[in-house]
Amino acid sequence: MSIGNMVFDRRRVLGYSGLALLAASRPAWAQSIVRLGLPGGPDERSIVTNFPHKGPMILQRSRPPLLETPFEVFDKGVFTPNDQFYVRWHWAVIPTEVDVDKFRLAVHGHVNQTVSLSLKDVMALPRVEMAAVNQCSGNSRGLFEPRVPGAQWANGSMGNAKWTGVRLKDVLDRAGVKSGAVQVRLNGLDEPVVPDGPDFMKSLDIDHARDGEVMIAYAMNGEQLPLLNGFPLRLIVPGWYATYWVKALSDIEVLDKPDDNFWMKTAYTIPDTPHADIKPGQTGVKMVPINKMVPRSFITNVAPNQKLPAGTPTQVRGIAFGGDTGVAKVDLSSDDGKSWQAAKLGKDEGKYSFRQWELPITLTDKGNKTLMIRCTNTDGDIQPAQPNWNPSGFMRNVIEATSVIVS
Amino acid sequence: MQRTIFLPLLLFAFAAPNIAGAQTLTLKSDSIDVPDRATMFTGPGSDVVNNNCVACHSAGMILTQPKLPEATWKAEAEKMIHVYKAPVDDKDVPAIVDYLTKLKAAP
Repeated sequence: MSIGNMVFDRRRVLGYSGLALLAASRPAWAQSIVRLGLPGGPDERSIVTNFPHKGPMILQRSRPPLLETPFEVFDKGVFTPNDQFYVRWHWAVIPTEVDVDKFRLAVHGHVNQTVSLSLKDVMALPRVEMAAVNQCSGNSRGLFEPRVPGAQWANGSMGNAKWTGVRLKDVLDRAGVKSGAVQVRLNGLDEPVVPDGPDFMKSLDIDHARDGEVMIAYAMNGEQLPLLNGFPLRLIVPGWYATYWVKALSDIEVLDKPDDNFWMKTAYTIPDTPHADIKPGQTGVKMVPINKMVPRSFITNVAPNQKLPAGTPTQVRGIAFGGDTGVAKVDLSSDDGKSWQAAKLGKDEGKYSFRQWELPITLTDKGNKTLMIRCTNTDGDIQPAQPNWNPSGFMRNVIEATSVIVS
Repeated sequence: MQRTIFLPLLLFAFAAPNIAGAQTLTLKSDSIDVPDRATMFTGPGSDVVNNNCVACHSAGMILTQPKLPEATWKAEAEKMIHVYKAPVDDKDVPAIVDYLTKLKAAP
């Protein structure tokens, strides 16, 4: 089986009785191997099914868990199932037990009164619902060249869900934000392994936090969140990278000065250049906190080096998202970008959602061809032809290309 | 390995009839065990890496990294010590960096 840029090779583990070395190196729960196509390798990963509330996932790291969504999941629809939604934690001390009766969300700092809200209190606030893509800042990092250290994701550290919850603004209003507030700092139940390590916290500017779109979700796709995805409450920052989507949110602090904690000031910063792009080795660049997402699009039903019949229409389909705004159009090229054909867009689930697209193509000339897919968002921002590079492997959104064999 | 405990439930009903498909959502207490793949580093010089690196993250994090230059591994080690406060003895750093730089990437 071979989908997207990955190749499933069950025979390597399940069928080749002679491969004693391989069998010995793979635990019984590693059901199959996926190859992520990362340049220079290593690109073999186990598909595992033993993480709680999770179906088959690509194991990037077990502790703290980094689980990638197998790419074929994105062909099934615009909403990523909770049991295959990717997982990413920073510190190994993650919440493994939450009692819904005892859980409290604190709001304190530059406010009129500190409040401690039960889940019942939170759920009593006006309910809102929104479809939104959650994408790791480093999604596709493993495809950077030259390669950079960090989680070596292929394209599966992203997902789209319908989030149900309350506006952050309404939660802040329970405490009453004082004038002079500058930022809102979000903290979850995860903790550093070492006591003096920097606790993972993220901040949003006060106007952003109160824009009525940023929300606190208690459900994804109609169900409570898996613990590994941030049960019981997760911050939703539509259009922004997932680093801000604090999981197991338990503490909100209103600040009267900008947050200079490590996770804002140093980590998750990008070069302040177009596409966060610099040359390898380039120094002296102004760095800013990563923020809005950029448009991306993928073919989901044609694998690399798949054979397509000459002279016969092939229905090509996939997903796209606009980043911090909607998808305006998705175009496909089969002539290395010389000409582009507009794809038909699927149902609009909201501007922050994945959007499906499809297009019948007929390739007449036999031989090797490349299919390229390109999203333009409603602000006119378009995917670049050249990949960006930065030392953290952030914000990849180059036009994706898939080689096919016309025969 | 996997264990899910359902503690006493609380029922919360939504009062939001204006939203299509509004339904009662019940949050249930949850408890999980997260599996750990207890892979260790092997070969000459692996002791110092096992002793210093796997307390905070599993070996898989390192074994999935691409081939990286010595300077990059040194910067990673320094980051672990000075930013993430990993209790690593300074005298161990050269041996750790040496092991990681020579690490033969898995397939």
